[in-house]
Amino acid sequence: MEWFRKAKSGLVSQERKNIPEGLWTKCKSCGEIVYSKKMEQYLWVCPTCNFHFRIPSRKYISLLLDDGHLEEMDNKLASADPLKFKDSKKYPDRIKAANDKAGGTEGLITGLAKMGGIPVSFSIMDFAYIGGSMGSVIGEKVARSIERAIDKEIPLIIVSCSGGARMQEGVLALMQMAKTSGLLAVLSDKKVPFISILTNPTTGGVMASFASLGDVIIAEPKALLGFAGPRVIQQTIGQDLPEGFQSSEFLMEKGFLDKIVERRELRDTCISLLKYVWRG
Amino acid sequence: MADGQQHLEFERPIVELEKKISDMKDFSVGGNIEFDSEIDSLQKKLKKLREEVYSGLSRWQRVQLSRHPKRPHTLDYIKLMTTDFIELHGDRSFADDRAMIGGFARIGDQPVMVVGQQKGRDTKQKLIRNFGMAHPEGYRKARRLFHMAEKFGVPIVIFIDTPGAYPGLGAEERGQAEAIAKNIQVMFQIKTPIVVVILGEGASGGALGIGIGDRVFILEYAWYSVISPEACAAILWRDAGKGPEAAEALKPTSDTLLELGVVDDIIAEPPSGAHTDPPEAARLVKEKLVTTLKELTARDTGELLKERLNKYRNMGVVRE
Ligand SMILES: [Zn+2]
Repeated sequence: MEWFRKAKSGLVSQERKNIPEGLWTKCKSCGEIVYSKKMEQYLWVCPTCNFHFRIPSRKYISLLLDDGHLEEMDNKLASADPLKFKDSKKYPDRIKAANDKAGGTEGLITGLAKMGGIPVSFSIMDFAYIGGSMGSVIGEKVARSIERAIDKEIPLIIVSCSGGARMQEGVLALMQMAKTSGLLAVLSDKKVPFISILTNPTTGGVMASFASLGDVIIAEPKALLGFAGPRVIQQTIGQDLPEGFQSSEFLMEKGFLDKIVERRELRDTCISLLKYVWRG
Repeated sequence: MADGQQHLEFERPIVELEKKISDMKDFSVGGNIEFDSEIDSLQKKLKKLREEVYSGLSRWQRVQLSRHPKRPHTLDYIKLMTTDFIELHGDRSFADDRAMIGGFARIGDQPVMVVGQQKGRDTKQKLIRNFGMAHPEGYRKARRLFHMAEKFGVPIVIFIDTPGAYPGLGAEERGQAEAIAKNIQVMFQIKTPIVVVILGEGASGGALGIGIGDRVFILEYAWYSVISPEACAAILWRDAGKGPEAAEALKPTSDTLLELGVVDDIIAEPPSGAHTDPPEAARLVKEKLVTTLKELTARDTGELLKERLNKYRNMGVVRE
């Protein structure tokens, strides 16, 4: 497949903000300096160490979906401030800053699409938006995308990238784990397939709910995946974590992933799987 | 609170007055009328003092009450309000997690499967119970018991009291996230009534991992949130000492939870907290459970499951 398909022109300016800038890019993992143009061709995967750089969610849309096209839905959903939450900043001000930075995705883009001609209900999380943290809007968008899969009996695909639940929505953020997992129980009872794709990082409340409930769970290489964040664990046990702890490879070894798949093969892998599990 | 101290800072005037009254009572054995009237007036003063202190508690003080060193834990409630408890152990896969307990019991004449986190009281017990922080095998043990309850047609009663699921090496290795996620999903499929009572601390996914129910109740001075106030403070304020500020911001206390619809009702505690009168606290919990179980066991299971899902489906606040 043409995995270096060019992004649509309207998206370029927004993408530039999120990907490493400049003529040369230094790999965060191995330190190798790579020509940025080349990096783009490699889908922002380090040619030396295979580290998968975080890329904007729109880039995955063009990479994974037929014609790079998503019929976007529920994009009017916006965060409220049910607790009138304030730390060093008021929550609505954080939302506003995030909208300015990440272009109003509210942390997740969802809709209908096709993969290899098979209709899918598709969602992808946006880490640039308050660390992909799940509040009521992300919970509601995921819920609706599960409901679309149930109603239309089409496969569900969710690409996760999140630091966990959004503290600023307190207990209501926690309840999004319940909401999404409950609907996945219905999806599962109806035997509608769900492929969960984990990217760097997927932790906390997202990992402890829908992201871990795929019929098939796929991760990109070397992603940070787990329940607790590494810093919290470090503080709890009072020692450094072993090399590679909570990496995709670690979870694979422990039996919590079906596959580790490189970015350029994600689309084809999903399509091959869908052909087995979808009874369209 | 200093180690070994058995009361909280804001309880001190009450504790001191209580001691004074008890000392006077010791003196007045045999009946001294002057003493008796003095005791009487002190007792009135005590009642007023209690009302003052407990009606003006900050959210942070209420969080502290939920961790009171004398606060009754899950096994205390089981002992005080059930009969014929038979504890069942192990997840049949890895280990028996002592931070998560469960088994058959009778509440009145209603047999139930009771499952909950267990904290320890002395240092040794605290370690054995891992401070009420379960590992994946704890969540999987709970799940095994949920399935058993469904199989034998008994309703499930859940007691939540945890500062969180354990964040450690073994917990991650054995899939803490998967264990919790799977439990949440399965609890929507279990075809028997589930009643949840939050007894003390209800922190994060560690609480929610056994927290889905047809009815969710919370004790007056218990709390339930996405994260503990201290952990939240450490992240957002970069200072774990800002727990009081984080508690005000997170609003994890029973009154707000009821307003948000996350709990169905608040179970009142004895006037100065469950720890001042555990038998009365247990009686109040039992009363609520008896009526609720009666109502739920009479319901059609299919309808119950639909309602269970709808209740959580509608949680959250968005603008559209
Ligand atoms: Zn590299």
